[in-house]
Amino acid sequence: MLRETWYTLIDFVRTFGALQLFFLRLLINSPTIILRRGGLVVKQVYNAGALSLVIIMVCGLFVGGVLGLQGYSNLLKFNAEDSVGTFAAFSLLKELGPVITALLFAGRAGTALASEIGLMKATDQLSAMEMMAINPLRRVLVPRFLGGVISMPFLAAIFSVVGLFGAHIVAVNLLGVDPGAFWQQMQSTLEISDINEGIIKSFVFGVVASLLAVWEGYNAIPTAEGVSRATTRTVVITAIAVLIIDFMITASFI
Amino acid sequence: MIDSSKGLIEIRDLDYSRGHREIFKGLNISIERGKVTAIMGPSGTGKTTLLRLITRQLVPDHGTILVDGIDIAKLNQRDLYKLRRRFGMLFQNGALLTDINVFENVAFPLREHTRLPNRLIRHVVLTKLHAVGLRGAADMMPAELSGGMARRVALARAMVMDPDILIYDEPFVGLDPISMGVIVRLVRKMNDALGISSILVSHDVQEIATVSDCSYLISDGKVAASGSPDELSNTSSELVRQFMHGMADGPVAFHFAAPNYAEQLLGRDVE
Repeated sequence: MLRETWYTLIDFVRTFGALQLFFLRLLINSPTIILRRGGLVVKQVYNAGALSLVIIMVCGLFVGGVLGLQGYSNLLKFNAEDSVGTFAAFSLLKELGPVITALLFAGRAGTALASEIGLMKATDQLSAMEMMAINPLRRVLVPRFLGGVISMPFLAAIFSVVGLFGAHIVAVNLLGVDPGAFWQQMQSTLEISDINEGIIKSFVFGVVASLLAVWEGYNAIPTAEGVSRATTRTVVITAIAVLIIDFMITASFI
Repeated sequence: MIDSSKGLIEIRDLDYSRGHREIFKGLNISIERGKVTAIMGPSGTGKTTLLRLITRQLVPDHGTILVDGIDIAKLNQRDLYKLRRRFGMLFQNGALLTDINVFENVAFPLREHTRLPNRLIRHVVLTKLHAVGLRGAADMMPAELSGGMARRVALARAMVMDPDILIYDEPFVGLDPISMGVIVRLVRKMNDALGISSILVSHDVQEIATVSDCSYLISDGKVAASGSPDELSNTSSELVRQFMHGMADGPVAFHFAAPNYAEQLLGRDVE
């Protein structure tokens, strides 16, 4: 039992070290790819970002709507229903925007990345590139990683904006909160550091979610089962990592 | 300076294991320049693994692989990639990139390695596709191709950079007789007309006999026999005769190691 725990620990440390080296290799190769092969990155921004827009906007709208409902019904007890805009803005910009976007990103774009790369490996496409003297890390992995990193802050921002719109529809248009109070209180209470917190979180989550997706895909066992397992692991590990890192960033801002 | 007195590819005392399974044990092969060399052997003898070792997609446990006198294990990534540009490899399943069409698949190495104008790339790609009979399929996606067509496109891609060494991993599997005949002739013609060297892994004894200059038969991690197709056909070795003539009985067992059949059917093996 003790020995198994020890081996698991060693294995974890080894994998974590390999992940960091992999991350370093992605970073080292990123400037060249951005400068020389910008088109590949733009294509991946479209795949990871633009194709995730619908799910992000729909979820943002309803999360904002729920915040409007919950905020109104609870703040009403303290006669503070006019603060529902502030409540929704704080929740969305600092927490829900970046976190839910990262979780949705892992589910939509992360799984797509992991399974695509895993299948490319299983069908020898990555080996074929190696044999054509083309480095798959630079040609396949770096553009996909960068596509995710660039997309995430924009997706989180769009999620928050649409979420605020949803909160506005519910609180102002349906429940009758004064629109002036809704926006004015939000404007007077929110500070730039609150927005920065959200931006930093979304950027870090973008790096983490994209890194884990390409890592899992690249290290997938090249079989149907291996690829499906890599896809599942992408979602599970990204979700856990995002929530832990969210706690750490939030704590550092307080 | 290339030393033409030696083989183009020299494999010496090669050992390679996967997990606890020993694939090669003291393997020695010499692949000559300008020839078509066939690597044959029963399923599971590691023929594809050997190709991956030759191109350093895998690293041997022991022994050396020299390409033009260069020990490929000692190359850094830049030099390895430089060497690989001299190789063209046809994978067993084609390994076409599934997100781009046939034309772009063949153009892929040209676009990555050269700055040729589009007009010239189009000309080269169409020439190569014409050679494999698939110029008309240029706009099709890999998912729309049959297995045989995919392999022919992969062949066009493998030769688009005009390599010195062409490696074919099971090139005849899944081809209809017409395509098979064309590809067999193409392998031979390309080798002779372009002065390249070809390494061919295959089970198809008849086709190999037509196309190859020299064959190696691998069994139990070693070279069991080597020579021209005629020499192999007329050999006295039982193993070679069994393989060349497709006989069920012989040194190579058809059945994988298993407990007694009757005992197993009666369930006695689990007691």
